[in-house]
Amino acid sequence: MKADNLELPHEIMELQMGPSHPATHGTIKFNLKLEGEKVLDCDVELGFLHRGFDKSCEQATWTQVIPYTDRLNYASSLINNVGYALAVEKLIGVETPLRCQYIRVIVSELARIFDHLTCCGMAASELGAITVGFYMIEARELITRIIENLTGARLTVTYVRIGGLKHDLPQDFAERVTATFATIRKLLGDCDHLLSRNRIFLDRMSNVGVISKESALNHSLTGPILRATGVDYDVRKAFPYLVYDRMNFEIPVGSHGDNYDRFLCRLGEIQESMKIVEQALRQLPVGPVWIDDARFVLPEKEKVYGSIEGLMHHFKIIMEGIHVPAGETYSAVEGGNGELGFYVVSDGGGKPYRLRVRPPCFIAMGAFAEMIKGYMVADIVPTFGMINMIGGECDR
Amino acid sequence: MAEASPQLQHIQDRLGTKVLSASQPQGDDVIMLDRAGLRESFRVLKEDAEHCFNFLSDITAVDYWQKQEPRFELVYQLVSLKQRRRLRVRVGVPESDPVVDSLTPLWSGANFLEREVWDLYGIRFNDHPDLRRILLYDEFNGHPLRKDYPVNLCQPRVPERHVDGTFVDERSHNKLQRLQKTLAQKR
Repeated sequence: MKADNLELPHEIMELQMGPSHPATHGTIKFNLKLEGEKVLDCDVELGFLHRGFDKSCEQATWTQVIPYTDRLNYASSLINNVGYALAVEKLIGVETPLRCQYIRVIVSELARIFDHLTCCGMAASELGAITVGFYMIEARELITRIIENLTGARLTVTYVRIGGLKHDLPQDFAERVTATFATIRKLLGDCDHLLSRNRIFLDRMSNVGVISKESALNHSLTGPILRATGVDYDVRKAFPYLVYDRMNFEIPVGSHGDNYDRFLCRLGEIQESMKIVEQALRQLPVGPVWIDDARFVLPEKEKVYGSIEGLMHHFKIIMEGIHVPAGETYSAVEGGNGELGFYVVSDGGGKPYRLRVRPPCFIAMGAFAEMIKGYMVADIVPTFGMINMIGGECDR
Repeated sequence: MAEASPQLQHIQDRLGTKVLSASQPQGDDVIMLDRAGLRESFRVLKEDAEHCFNFLSDITAVDYWQKQEPRFELVYQLVSLKQRRRLRVRVGVPESDPVVDSLTPLWSGANFLEREVWDLYGIRFNDHPDLRRILLYDEFNGHPLRKDYPVNLCQPRVPERHVDGTFVDERSHNKLQRLQKTLAQKR
């Protein structure tokens, strides 16, 4: 719906959209320059949810940072946990046991499904397909229940630890996942019937918010937005971490780089994530989930309450934090919205000296003006929806 | 590190004296670059036929206050999509002259990232098209990620900002004035 020859040659209107607008779920402000309904220029104002993540992390011990990472992209907090733990483990130079790695893959993919369902469901309901929105929220609720059963929390999970996991999978985990995936597949099938060839949806989504391959790379875009342009850059394949190299999965790529392709990429990724979880559950080895290294692992509760050594050990780790050797490293995982990187600097103490998160949707918002220029005001809604900006991650 | 990897060797050959040091901590390729002529060095890295680091993943900074000189360090994460390799570029920036070449002519994605570094660290970027604060507001004093910025420092209250074109609902405005008038009478 490119408004090229719109016959409303009036003066340029400046419109401030946001920071609290029903269509921008998340506080963000667009300073628009409009010619009629056509967007001439868009200046994105961020930072309304800035809580000083980096500065807070510098005050906390390495372990205390994990709950902070939950609150970055709260739609996929498990991926944030995994990404942070991997970065610190890389700096320490340890590798977690195989079972732990498999479980981390499983929870990452569950979080990815959660993230994509949120994004697609919300985007669909904003365009009027409220039924699809509800179907997807139902599917998401089923994932939430699995996560709740596993971690005890629904959103801010704090499940992954440096060197391991909070605890192993519950007994009935695999059966739950199998049953849930059957329902989700059915729900997604329904959504597909309702949307994928729906005239209204197609008109609003296809050829809207187009960004070319070159421009996407130039803007450092990652994740579904980049893959919708046809670049198959996925951190899980390009730089395999954990046990992703043992998994058999495809990277869905688009061709036009428009909103519809982004939507299809995300839906495709949900299917692939379900495949990965099923494979990982089949291959899941038996064994410990913690590394065998007393410097980083809390002692068992029996030892803490039963012996002075155990108590001191526990006290030291809690009060001083684990000691990460001095150095700096960067480690990236594929988050829901793209490459989620953690740049970690340690000075050898119990607290991070510097912790930088590469936020995929912050960088995507940098390309938003480019995506929306020349389109209509109404096109902001689906374009912004498919970026899936999460305030916690974007503004930190 | 006894032997540099072929990739690091190649980069050192291409950039010559611009590479101050090269190392491989935890298996990552890391180079320290000279601040002078930084954009040209990045252009070489981006347009290199063999190692083509055409994707700028991230820009950030670290403040080594009272720990090392130069005080600041900019950290660039580059990716070669063709070779599937990463490269981390570190650039020292002294406190007395915290100015670096902007990479926006090479990558548009550098725009927001450099604005964030300016906002939180106060490092300026030459030839940046729009170097404004991004996460914080314009009236904010100081740069909070600097190590000498106390974590519990309070910022002064900002007076109401008049922005041209702000829509003011006259009805609520009049109501407020009436209310203020009645309050004044009561006093």
